Amino acid sequence: MAKITSEDNERDLIDVTGGWLGGLRDWIDERFPMTEFWEKHVSQYYAPKNFNFWYFFGSIALLMLVNQILTGIFLAMNYKPDANEAFASVEYIMRDVNWGWLIRYMHSVGASLFFVVVYLHMFRGVMYGSYKKPRELLWIFGALIYLTLMAEAFMGYLLPWGQMSYWGAQVIISLFGAIPGIGESLSTWIRGDFTISDITLNRFFALHVVAVPLVLIGLVMFHLIALHEVGSNNPDGVEIKKNKDKNGIPLDGIPFHPYYTMKDIVGVTVFAAVFAGIVFFAPAMHGMFLEPANFEPANALKTPDDIHPLWYFGPFYAILRSIPDKLTGVVSMGGAILMLFLLPWIDKNPIKSLRYRGMLYRRLVIVFGLTFAVLGYIGMQAASPVYAEVGQRFAELYFLFFVTSWLYSKPRSQGMMVAVFIIVMGLITVLDAIGWDPNEVQLKLYSWLVPGVYCAVFMLLPAFFPKLNQPEQVPDRVTTGGSH
Amino acid sequence: MKKLIVLALLILAPLAASAEESGMSPANVDISNTASLQRGAKYFTSYCMGCHSAHYVRYNRLGADLGLTDTELENYLMPAGAKPADTMDSAMPAADSEKWFGRSPPDLSLEARSRGTDWIYNYLKSFYVDPKSATGANNVLLPNAAMPDVLWELQGLQKPVFKKNEDGGQTFDHFEQVSQGKLTPQQFDQVAYDITNFLSYIGEPVQLERRNLGLKVIGFLILFFLFAYMLKREIWKNVH
Repeated sequence: MAKITSEDNERDLIDVTGGWLGGLRDWIDERFPMTEFWEKHVSQYYAPKNFNFWYFFGSIALLMLVNQILTGIFLAMNYKPDANEAFASVEYIMRDVNWGWLIRYMHSVGASLFFVVVYLHMFRGVMYGSYKKPRELLWIFGALIYLTLMAEAFMGYLLPWGQMSYWGAQVIISLFGAIPGIGESLSTWIRGDFTISDITLNRFFALHVVAVPLVLIGLVMFHLIALHEVGSNNPDGVEIKKNKDKNGIPLDGIPFHPYYTMKDIVGVTVFAAVFAGIVFFAPAMHGMFLEPANFEPANALKTPDDIHPLWYFGPFYAILRSIPDKLTGVVSMGGAILMLFLLPWIDKNPIKSLRYRGMLYRRLVIVFGLTFAVLGYIGMQAASPVYAEVGQRFAELYFLFFVTSWLYSKPRSQGMMVAVFIIVMGLITVLDAIGWDPNEVQLKLYSWLVPGVYCAVFMLLPAFFPKLNQPEQVPDRVTTGGSH
Repeated sequence: MKKLIVLALLILAPLAASAEESGMSPANVDISNTASLQRGAKYFTSYCMGCHSAHYVRYNRLGADLGLTDTELENYLMPAGAKPADTMDSAMPAADSEKWFGRSPPDLSLEARSRGTDWIYNYLKSFYVDPKSATGANNVLLPNAAMPDVLWELQGLQKPVFKKNEDGGQTFDHFEQVSQGKLTPQQFDQVAYDITNFLSYIGEPVQLERRNLGLKVIGFLILFFLFAYMLKREIWKNVH
């Protein structure tokens, strides 16, 4: 039981009621709701006391946004958005600008780690059902942040004007060309030219340093406002607002400050050590964060052997590539991202946390995490028939997670489970038949087992052994010290 | 936690794989070896800079990092008329080189970062006599390379021995010495190593400073963590 009472927290750690500092505070408070704001969002924002390690990544993501903005400002002071000078200006930053190398590495490593943190943050949301009522809009803002972040990263990657910057942008912008009718004119409109050129570089610079960051900051504010309106979820998925003391303070809540500010400082320190480890000892991360081909200036006449986007686009790039038809590929990739937005309405199971949703659901979420990782790996490999096939199968698993989530969102009859299994596997088999290649029969048959086993485990098994899908009793109050 | 480990393994697996596959002998560069870098700089200016530039490298930066005074730079490395703050540019005009070699030789400032040091080290040792080539030389690692065998005097000439594959094609097996050079094979390996080492250094001159600073930063963070963690425990002791 928490011994903290609301009275304890009304007094700040440093008492500034008297003296000139207190006077200044009162002077400001009469004109601007400074103390009110601080109390509402920090010192009297009550967060569940049972946050685990997964809950570090929200505040770390905010820290990474600040890191990107600050280092970005200093980079922009020395960078030249000009096709003839961009590459050289980056090397100028790396060699001649005081601490330029550190600023640049903090920005480039920071971009990748921002995505690491955001992916972990999103996975946390999936695990504990943080997208469910009343947090749907909070989740939607989050998904929009993710989408905006992808645009930001994509445009930023063009700026060093290396070979991979150039050809990566070429490939990704040409995807818009797959849209029937307007596609070609749309890609030309985005580039401002018929190929990636100085014009494209200039506008991407403007978007990368002004437009998209503004949108990003706005969305992050909405995300936080929505969070503070509905309150934080927690690993038990229990609403702490349901159990309040006589003062209206959640019994399982503790003020964000000083409890979580202090805890987050510890988490941030550990993260900063990892960050520093990469920045100082492997800033290119063996070609994953800075690709070797990008140390060669952009050359419109020389296509690199293998063009692929940086790792954080890997999963979606793998889904795109897994389908030979360009338009279907683009639609699938878009669909994969759209699924994230729809998740609150796909999975409407009243139990939030995977801790209480039964044995199979826990496995389902873990397999989803692994699916995403495998897709990410395949997205970084040079295209080969085997990788293409595996990519296609794991792309199927990606979508099957959402089908299964929908299936699990309420108790289903045996017949329903079996029917869904038959429909899904029938559909997959039909798709295989459409893309039939007599040379790849064996590969196709073996790989068919990937979705086959997946659906058998997650759809047929619970149909006949309902115990596997039996939810557990959700506690009334949050649990602490549990290790699920 | 388990998931994180699996994730980490999945990310690291391709890295481990890429290190093994290439079949090249490893360069094992060590840019803290200043003597090797100084020799590499000398070889670079004598043998490479006739055609190649290192346009992002300044002589005075080289002097500062390699422990050379301006006079030493002028005596040993800089072409006549160059100033210490100048960049390492080749005297050969691009238009001429394109006419002579079919393409202008690439700038080598970032060669170690784009190709990797193993590649450079092996490339330098893989030139062989090829009468069909315009320069009289070819390279196993970069077939039909436009670059002549500039180190032949040191290495001597060699020719490749191929082995037959099952599918009728052939792959490179090893080299056979055709004529002796000024240096023994061991000495020549050292030359190739020094040049590679130098290219690794100019690829990112700040490497050593970066690692030194990194140790301090991480040391500080560990210390800071201890205090932050203790303070956190103190503040949280009432929460059960």
